Formats: sequence, C-alpha cells, structure tokens
Amino acid sequence: MTFVPKPKLSHPELPKNRLGLTRRDYEGAVSTLCAGCGHDSISAAIIRAFFELDLPPHRIAKLSGIGCSSKTPTYFLGRAHGFNSVHGRMPAVATGANLANRDLVYIGVSGDGDSASIGLGQFAHAMRRDVNMVYIVENNGVYGLTKGQFSATADVGAKSKRGVTNTESSIDLAAMALVLGASFVARSFSGDKAQLVPLIKAAVLHRGAAFIDCISPCVAFNNHAGSTKSYDYVREHNEAVDSLDVIIGREEITADYAPGTVETVVLHDGSTLRLRKLAPDYNVHDRVAALAHIQDRERAGEIATGLLYVGPESKDLHENLNTVAAPLASLSDAELCPGEAALETLNAALR
Amino acid sequence: MQPTDIRNPDYFHKVVDCQWACPAHTAVPEYIRLIAGRRYADAYMLNWQSNVFPGILGRTCDRPCEPACRRGRVEKEPVAICRLKRVAADYKGDIRNRLPRAPAHRNAKRVALIGAGPASLTVARDLAPEGYELVLFDTAARAGGMIRSQIPKFRLPEQVIDEEVGYILDLGVKTELGTTITSMKSLLAENYDAIFVGCGAPRGRDLDLPGRHAAPGHIHLGLDWLASVAFGHVKEIGRRVIVLGGGNTAMDCCRSARRLGGEEVSVVVRSGFAEMKASPWEKEEAMEEGIPILNFLVPKEFRVDDGTLKGVLFEKVAAQYDANGRRRLVPTGEPEVMMPCDDVLIAVGQENAFPWIERDIGITFDRWDMPIVDETTMQSTHPRVFFGGDAAFGAKNIIWAVAHGHEAAISIDLSCRGEDITKRPSPLVNLVSQKMGIHEWSYDNVVSDDLRYRVPHREHEIALSDIAVEVEVGFDEETAFAEAERCFNCDVQTVFTDRLCIECDACTDICPTDCITFTANGEEPELRRRLAAPAHDINQALYVSGGLKTGRVMVKDENLCLHCGLCAERCPTGAWDMQRFLLEPALAGHGCSHRPEKRAA
Repeated sequence: MTFVPKPKLSHPELPKNRLGLTRRDYEGAVSTLCAGCGHDSISAAIIRAFFELDLPPHRIAKLSGIGCSSKTPTYFLGRAHGFNSVHGRMPAVATGANLANRDLVYIGVSGDGDSASIGLGQFAHAMRRDVNMVYIVENNGVYGLTKGQFSATADVGAKSKRGVTNTESSIDLAAMALVLGASFVARSFSGDKAQLVPLIKAAVLHRGAAFIDCISPCVAFNNHAGSTKSYDYVREHNEAVDSLDVIIGREEITADYAPGTVETVVLHDGSTLRLRKLAPDYNVHDRVAALAHIQDRERAGEIATGLLYVGPESKDLHENLNTVAAPLASLSDAELCPGEAALETLNAALR
Repeated sequence: MQPTDIRNPDYFHKVVDCQWACPAHTAVPEYIRLIAGRRYADAYMLNWQSNVFPGILGRTCDRPCEPACRRGRVEKEPVAICRLKRVAADYKGDIRNRLPRAPAHRNAKRVALIGAGPASLTVARDLAPEGYELVLFDTAARAGGMIRSQIPKFRLPEQVIDEEVGYILDLGVKTELGTTITSMKSLLAENYDAIFVGCGAPRGRDLDLPGRHAAPGHIHLGLDWLASVAFGHVKEIGRRVIVLGGGNTAMDCCRSARRLGGEEVSVVVRSGFAEMKASPWEKEEAMEEGIPILNFLVPKEFRVDDGTLKGVLFEKVAAQYDANGRRRLVPTGEPEVMMPCDDVLIAVGQENAFPWIERDIGITFDRWDMPIVDETTMQSTHPRVFFGGDAAFGAKNIIWAVAHGHEAAISIDLSCRGEDITKRPSPLVNLVSQKMGIHEWSYDNVVSDDLRYRVPHREHEIALSDIAVEVEVGFDEETAFAEAERCFNCDVQTVFTDRLCIECDACTDICPTDCITFTANGEEPELRRRLAAPAHDINQALYVSGGLKTGRVMVKDENLCLHCGLCAERCPTGAWDMQRFLLEPALAGHGCSHRPEKRAA
C-alpha cells in the first residue's frame, strides 16, 4: 500500500481535452491495492477513456459492490458520484440510479466473485434489461481479499498458488452476457491498454448494457506458473478478434484500409466505431456466431478478446419502460404527484 | 537504442542536474537533505569539502545549479539552492574541530600561490593538509582577492570572508601579503616545486570615448571604484550616477552607489534587457532598490564642461539578427540622448594582464595575450606553472575558480609525486538502495507543492543607509526546511532491473509526469516521438532497458522525473528501486591517485 499522495505536479505539456481538463483531473486517490494489481491498470484505462471522451467528471456515476475490484472506483474519477454497494448488488443500485437520473453516465465496476457468484442473478438482470451503463468485471479468477481461493471464473485445470487444481467448470461471463441479451459484449486484458481504452470508450458511447470482461491478473495470488489468469499466460493465449478505433462525434474519417478489412459502426450520437478485423470472417453483429467463436477458442485453450458483439442500439431500459425524457430526479413534486383529479382519470381509464 | 549503461558514473551524475551543472560538482541534493534534517554542520562540511567557501558562495554564487534545477522545469522556479547553502553556514555552529589540521610532517615540497583569491585559496586548502609548504602572495594587505575587493559588503559581510579565508590560512599557509610579484622569471629561480597563478582578471575595461579624461575624479572604472569602496578609500559619490555596463559588476556598482549618496542612479546598457550578462536576480534586486535599467543605448561621449562632468551622450540602437542568428546593434536614427549626471562608473568588462610574466621563460601566450592553459590539468606550457580562476580563461566566477583550484591542486600533487598529471583520479561513486520497508524509503519522497520561498530582505530605509548592512537576512530554520523540502532528491535514482519486470504497467500508471513507457525499441529520435509524453529535450537522457519478455523495452525520459519513488512503490517485483547516487569528485591528496581505475562498463 502506498501511503504518500501522488504529487500534484505533472508534465507541463500534458494535453488538455475539450473541457480544458488534463488526464490528471480524472484521477482519484492513490491505490491501496497490492502493487502491480491488474485492477490499477484498468483504473488507468478508465481514466484515459473518460478524459479522451471529454466527459465532465461530475456527470459520471461510478458504482461497485464488494471486493478488490469494487474498491477501485476510489482510485479513478475523484470528482464523479460514487456508490459502494452491498456484495453483488451493484447492478440493482445502478439500475435504480439510472432510472432516477438517466442523464448521468454510469460505470459499474465489479469482480468475478461479485458478479459470477453472489451477484450472478443481479448481473443477469442488468444485462437482460439492457440498463444503459458500462459494466466492467475485473476478472482475476481468485478471491484476492481472502487470500486466493478459486472464484467461479477460474478455469478447469488451473492451479492455485498452493498447487491445488481447479476441477469445477468456470463461468464465462462474456458468453453469459451474450446469452442474456446484452447489446455490447467485449473482453480485454488489463495489460493491453491499446485494446482496453478504445473498448471502454465505445462502451460508454454505446446505449444499453455494455459489458466488458477484463482479465486482470492478481499479482499476489494468481500470477504463477499453472495459472490461466497470469500476465504471462494471458499474453501468450490472447487472440483478439478485432482492433477498435473510436471516432468521437462526426470527425472525418481519413485513414485508408483495404476493403473488407474494416467495419464501421455508427452509434446513436454519430460517433463511429471502426473495427479492423483480426479474425477473418468474424461477424461482430452475429450473437450466435460470437458465442460459438468464444467457445471454440476456449476449447483450443485460447482467450478470445476484443469487441465480441455489438447489437443494434434499439431499446434500453428507459425505452422499454416508456419513461419520460427528463430524468425523474429533475421532476417537480407537482409533476410526480399530479393530484386527486389525475388519479381519478387514471383509475377511470383502468376500469 | 542500446541499453543504458548505468555503471558509467556520468549517466546518473547527469540526472542530478544541479550537481552536473556545478563546476565543483557539489552534491547538492545530499546537503539539502542534511539541511532538512537540521544537520547544518554536516551540510556545511559537505560543502566545505567540495566548494571551500559555503558561507561566501551561499551569498554570492553565480548559481549555475539553479537554472539547471529540475524543479524549474516542472513548476515556475527552481529550488533556492544557493541560499540553502547559506543556511548551512548560518546555523552550523562551531565546526573548527572538524577541519583538517596543519600536518606535523612536511613533504618538503614548496608551492607558490600568486594572488590570494578563491582559486589560490582552494589550491592551498587542498594541498596544505598533505604537507606542502605553501606561500601565498598578494598585493593586498589581506587575503581574499576579488571576494574582498569587488563584492560589496551589503552582499557579503566582512566577517564571513574572514572566517572562511581564516579556515584555510590556519592550515599553516605562509602569507606574503602586501607583496607584488613583478617577475615570474625570478620567482621561478626560487626553485618552487610548482607555481600557481590565481591572480584573477584585475583590470577593468575602459571606454575610450571623447571626454573620458576630461573630468578626472568623476569618471571611474567600476572594478577599481568597488575596491576603493571595499577598502574604505571612497565613502561617497555624486547625487546622480550613471553606471555603464550590464554585468554583475555593474549591478554591484549601482547598488553601492545607491548606498553612498547616489539618489538618482541608473544603469545604461548597450544590449537588450534579456541579453544582459548580469544574473536575473541581481538585476531584480537592483531594480527593487529604485535603480532603472535602460537598454539599447550606446555611450558616445562624456560631456564635460570646464572640467565638470555634465552628463553622457547616448545613441539609440536596436537589435537586428542576421540569418545565422547573430546579433548586430544598429542605430535607429533617433536623436541622441543626453543624460545628465555627476559621476560615471564604467563596468563594461574586465581583462587579464600579465605584464609581470616574461615571454621568454617557457610560458606561451596565445594571440589574445592569454597564457595557454590545459583545461583539465590547468598546466601552462611550463611544467611547473599552473593557472586557475579568472587568470586562466578570463573572467568567470568564484565557483569556477574553486573548480580550477581543485584540478590544479590534483595536478600539482601528481606532478610533485612524479606521476603523470594527465591520468586524473576517478571520482568516488556510491549507489545504494534507499528501501527500508515495503513502502518506506530512507529519504522523504513526498513531493512538496510549495512555491519558492523568497529570502527576506532588510527594509530599504535600513539597507540603503549603510553599505555595511547586509541586505539579505537569510532564511530562518522553518522556511529553510520548507524550501529544502522542495528539492526532488534527484540523486535518488530510479534503477530498473529488466529481468525482474513482469510488464504489469503499474509504474506507467502511477508516474505523475508520464516518464515511463513500455514500447518497441527503435532509434533515439524516432523513439522519442513515441513516448507517453513529449521528450524533446535531447540533453536529457532516455533510460533504456534491455529486452523484456514481450520483446518491448522500458524507456524512461529522465527529464521531468520527480524522483517520488512511486514507480518503485507500485512495482510488485522490485524491478524498480530507488538508489542514492553519491558522487564526490576526486580531490588532491594522499591516495587519490591510487584509487582503482573505474571498471570498464
């Protein structure tokens, strides 16, 4: 644990975004996680993504559950709203918050214990309801806070630090998210910011539940030979399906690619995702094929990463519920409680 | 790029910008830490070893270290290194029992030192404890040279000079003060084993303009005038004074004039304000005392009426730059300016003069009539004659004189031992981990946000009333501590061990100044463009590791590293470590030449 505050001094040529903020303005407190934790790299990627998106920090809400991963919102976006919820209950709180104020940008950070065990049901419903949020699972395959027991995402055959082999089958959260109807599913690796930062940016811009399963090595308990979530193992077995560029707003696209190798996805706000295909014939819009590909690579002992699936952004939770356009939190008492006459009319309509 | 060879002492030495910039290579961060720890006597002794005159330099140094200070590149102003040195001198207490003593046994070698200024005194300090018999000659009645004659008392009180010059004379140095050497030939005939010439650049450059000699007593050479003031021969000056020149001597002249009755004192300079040779702080302090600095005015004539100085006539010029960036001062064609005055002080430069060195005794002079002196050994073309300070390469400053003195002392010592003086002893270098616990370091790695503290000054009314009143009061202990905490500890180096790195990015993520990048190797110019943050300054090294597991390398731009140690704190494998780099340049003396040669890297 680091006790000293991070110096305020920064590189004098640090770039500023459109709000006049530097990347440092998106930081939080210094991490208290173990040195070298993959989660810290994910926090750094989140900081960079939000900085590059020119988002005002105070219009962001970060939510988490319990665990090492769920501590991390303290370490990024110090000026954003935050909610550290009960174990596994981040999705419910995020859903409620999103219902109350649809104008904020929501980022939920969870871990493999938080989302794949105690909060599996919560995770499932946030996905199927297509809550407009970024949902990142910082997946290290162990319970780090309780000294390294296998979690539900540990692969069969993986060895623990003490030499025990995992025999229970693992939950693949990306595959689950696909099955549950999430409209944006990606997988990445904390040690690959070139891949992770654009994915987070795309996830923020996407309307609906955007899920990122981010493999994040636990340096203390799951970074040894025999682990399938160590830095070395993931680097060796990482197979990206595509490489992503995010073009914010309606900037002109100038880069030139061979035809058929690039796919562009235009989002609701006009931003563009440009996907350079790394796996030939991979169709990012085909949910069934995506699932098949993930499982195929898993059988081959590889880890499929990148933007795995992005669906049409037709309906999110608010659209399905037909809520008003204004955030509920902004409605006045008179609007929320229109009085007896309005109740009478409503009741009459139901008779 | 090839992996950086950190075993070469120059590599980490360059990272300690202040120490690298200091001609005497004083270990600045080390003594600043000692000051922060209230170990003033230790800080003083470190300085005394290295630069011989901590109390004097702490008030008057030209501070090449401060423009080099890394802090000045990350925020507005560098650490007040110079004035912290004074703090060490102010609060050290009695250190006399820590000084070397005159040795009981002499080594039967005799060395003559000509001029009792900082260069000669440094040679004396280095050689006296080794048993040399040193004879110090000076025309003046007291030792100190330009320190005593040219620096006004309001910047440097006499007792500070007496104390620090005294420490050296007490080592058993024989003085021949009030003695002017008139012939090098006859001195050589006295069979000294070595002669060191440290007589400075004592002659003020004159301005040969109409009227120059028409008003004697009112047009003075700045250097001579300052000496007369210092020795009490001159106690007043006219009400309106013009100082010609833009160097530090001009600043001393105008501020002295202000204290001796000059009410309307102005400095008039040929060049622009920014190109003036005077240190920025000296210009500032002069202006704060109500002295205007007027630029782009070239003196044309001293207007003298009937033996009375009326004023100086100036031509207005402007700077023009040719294609090579060379500056020319071109008349603007505007009418000439007549500035009335009662006295003029000419401070337009100083020159060397060696009328007392015969030209047929083996000391060769170049076409500018300067002796040919080796820049490393300080030896002239005569094997027994060495030069140093302003006498060697023209007017510089005290800290350069000290550096020359050290080198000359090494040469004299080697030469007296019959050894090759071109084989220079290597510095003492030490690199030690500062790790004390998982996240504890034996240095204070919290980076202070404080801005530079200003040294308190006496009120103008008091300061300007008496030339002997020191204008700067010096830091109190509390402010000194706060200022010392601004130091980044650049000598605590970030040392990277590539085989331990697991490329987790923790260091890159935490680094407050984006110094660290993991990337594919490449040629330096191209690599510099690919780093996490711009690295344009090619004088600041890139620290490049060997190949890592992924085939990438770690590249650290040394330029803006705060030495906060967070990379090492967040490193899970100890691939980063904070190690204190201490470099002490070799000094003359017993055994210095026997130190083993540095291992080939």
